Amino acid sequence: MNRIQTNRIKDKAFQYFGVFCTFFGLAMLAVFVLDVLRKGIHRIDWDFISNLPSRFPEKAGIFTALMGTCWILILTAIIAIPIGVAAGIYLEEYGKRNRFAAILEINITNLAGIPSIIYGLLGLEIFVRIAGLGQSVLAGALTLSLLVLPIIIVSTRESIRAVPRSLREASLALGASKWQTIWNQVLPAGGGGILTGVILALSRAVGEAAPLIVVGALAYVPFAPSTPLDEFSVLPIQIYNWVSRPQQGFVTNSAAAIIILLIVTFLMNGIAIYFRSRWQKKVKW
Amino acid sequence: MSQKLEAKNVNVFYDQTHVIKNVNLSVKANSVAAFIGPSGCGKSTFLRLYNRMNDLIEGFRKEGEVLLDGKDIYAKDLRVEDLRKKVGMVFQKPNPFPKSIYENVIYGLRIRGVNNKKLLDETVERSLRQAALWEEVKDNLKKSALALSGGQQQRLCIARAIATEPSVLLMDEPASALDPISSSKIEELIYELKTQYTIIIVTHNMQQAGRVSDTTAFFYLGELVEYDTTKKIFMNPSDVRTQDYITGRFG
Amino acid sequence: MKIPEKFIVALLALCAGLTILVTAGVLYTLASEAIRFFSEVSIVDFFTDTQWTPLFTEKHFGILPLLSGTLLTSFIAIFFALPIGLTIAIYLNEYAPRSFAFRIKPVLEILAAVPTVVYGYFALTVVTPFLQGFIPSLSGFNALGAGFVMGIMIIPLISSMSQDALYAVPKAMREASYGLGATRFQTAFSVLLPAASSGIIVSVILAISRAVGETMIVAIAAGMQPSLTANPLVPVQTITTYIVQISMGDVPHGSLEYRTIFAAGISLFVLTFALNNISFWFKKKYQQKYE
Repeated sequence: MNRIQTNRIKDKAFQYFGVFCTFFGLAMLAVFVLDVLRKGIHRIDWDFISNLPSRFPEKAGIFTALMGTCWILILTAIIAIPIGVAAGIYLEEYGKRNRFAAILEINITNLAGIPSIIYGLLGLEIFVRIAGLGQSVLAGALTLSLLVLPIIIVSTRESIRAVPRSLREASLALGASKWQTIWNQVLPAGGGGILTGVILALSRAVGEAAPLIVVGALAYVPFAPSTPLDEFSVLPIQIYNWVSRPQQGFVTNSAAAIIILLIVTFLMNGIAIYFRSRWQKKVKW
Repeated sequence: MSQKLEAKNVNVFYDQTHVIKNVNLSVKANSVAAFIGPSGCGKSTFLRLYNRMNDLIEGFRKEGEVLLDGKDIYAKDLRVEDLRKKVGMVFQKPNPFPKSIYENVIYGLRIRGVNNKKLLDETVERSLRQAALWEEVKDNLKKSALALSGGQQQRLCIARAIATEPSVLLMDEPASALDPISSSKIEELIYELKTQYTIIIVTHNMQQAGRVSDTTAFFYLGELVEYDTTKKIFMNPSDVRTQDYITGRFG
Repeated sequence: MKIPEKFIVALLALCAGLTILVTAGVLYTLASEAIRFFSEVSIVDFFTDTQWTPLFTEKHFGILPLLSGTLLTSFIAIFFALPIGLTIAIYLNEYAPRSFAFRIKPVLEILAAVPTVVYGYFALTVVTPFLQGFIPSLSGFNALGAGFVMGIMIIPLISSMSQDALYAVPKAMREASYGLGATRFQTAFSVLLPAASSGIIVSVILAISRAVGETMIVAIAAGMQPSLTANPLVPVQTITTYIVQISMGDVPHGSLEYRTIFAAGISLFVLTFALNNISFWFKKKYQQKYE
């Protein structure tokens, strides 16, 4: 075999290895999803969704955790979206040349790299203790809002940066002010991208457990929260709690709860990807 | 006729680059002035001085005076939004908003808080008629502007620009991105519009400049080489550079 | 009309400025509690003591066991994720059709979108039992299974950033190699990888930082026993799992035990902050190279 042939074989071999690697992670995920379905799907029924937690695995349900997750989702959206989008607009449209913006930019990059559990410590000290919110769903949502803020800011900036200059110029040339141009043209045109970022950020919030554990979300809550100041649990914490127990019944429960959590996460990601691809098509006019 | 637009000793810099060099130029009311010259000669930059679109570019700096109806448009107490209402602009590539035809035309009024349905309807019809587009779109005013052809889009952009009733219309190579038929339609339109507006058109197309304009300015390397009646510039230019450029283009 | 616009801009700036407060809050929180902690525990012991037993009667406050657990799980994760992620990057950049590469990217991102408790469950109930089939001495809680699953989660981070780095290599360089008759494999390994090495290093550093801060996978699957070991087969505790362990129990606020989580937190913060900023610095350096 001559050298060129060996090289060709190496080249080809690496190509197959590349295909293998590309699908390796996905295959592992598929194996796992199937495993979870096998172990947990039979456990999912209306009782499982509507029952309160219990010491007996057969009676236990995810109602309080699911409600807690809904509360967290809605409150985080209300707090994080306006602040994140506004900050993104400021940095991209107004803060181009000043020092303040340069500092903010470095700061946000660093915030995005802080581990989520540190945000939990922040929330514990500032929201739970100093602000006196206690171990409430509001304290949890505020903590997660800070966690996802960098994601929303960065995606807002990228989206409005992609809006063509010609659109802004058209608006400005008709006598629109800068803000009118942003409000009437830039935001609608970048809306799909912003929405994508927001959904991804919220999906992240829904899957987080660590910061909420630190803030004081409980593994066992007898009732679903009815005000923002009530104690709460969320699905990921419920799963963590169940998976750490020795009884097989609880492991089955955790598999079932994982199915629910994955449905929520994949749904949110799917919607986000859908919006992104639609928006990418639209931007090329 | 009075001088509609005047530029006195205008210099423009982008950071350290000197892009417009001591230009003096006046345009009479209700006339068409054409700016010609090779790419990068500063003609578009100069055009954008009249509605202050250059303000948006980082590092832009201007010296000298630009007057509209005898008033400095760079005066501190003047709002740039008001200036741009009086000085409309049409861009090289059609840039309609991703909205309906109707909403495109009235955008300039909407942002000023005009909500009178009757007035808006009238404006849409008047502007589209002036832009010679009314007959083609009158039944589809709610349709997205992006569905129109390139030539129609550009006429829509003209309609949009005249909807706020400006007195000056700036056109930055308005026909260069269009096919020949659409292009000649735009030219006809310019000819009709000049009864009501003072028009400045930047163009690469010599024939177009010759056909539509009353006066022509030749820019070269940021300098205004020559400015005179179009006839004089094309038939008997005083400067050899103008001559070279025009004859070079005609082959 | 002029004044409201100024007001709007002020409001936007306020929202942007809030991010500074977040950083200030993090620094204040960690520093204030950690300072109180270090007024009771010697900083030298903290860094040199080889035991971490704050909850026992005989208390030791040595961060080393937690640090070693953190680094061990992180390095196992990188050990799996780097070759796979890098191969994906090369494959998608040099071999795969453009449309496939474009479509598979968001699909790979799903790996990073799966909640980490789910990965933890996976490591504990699927991967570890599977590995025990080959390695009988493997404990039920161990660094290997947790690290491996963490690696899967980190794959898209490495592959996508490395792909960007490979993509940034000037076309001329690639064409020069192909022009000399090199195969794609040779071009990738002898021209592209060296040229994109700084970008790839950036992706690895960020991946380490991500792994160091990861919590739930290790909390579920790696155990809760702090031990200064490099053995991937036994239970370890990471900095993050220690914080979780304390948070799940009821340690009274204001006690020394309560403050230990902030001392652990500030160690984690300093570690990730350093890693992140090294990568930013590197990134800046390599971006200049081709501009």
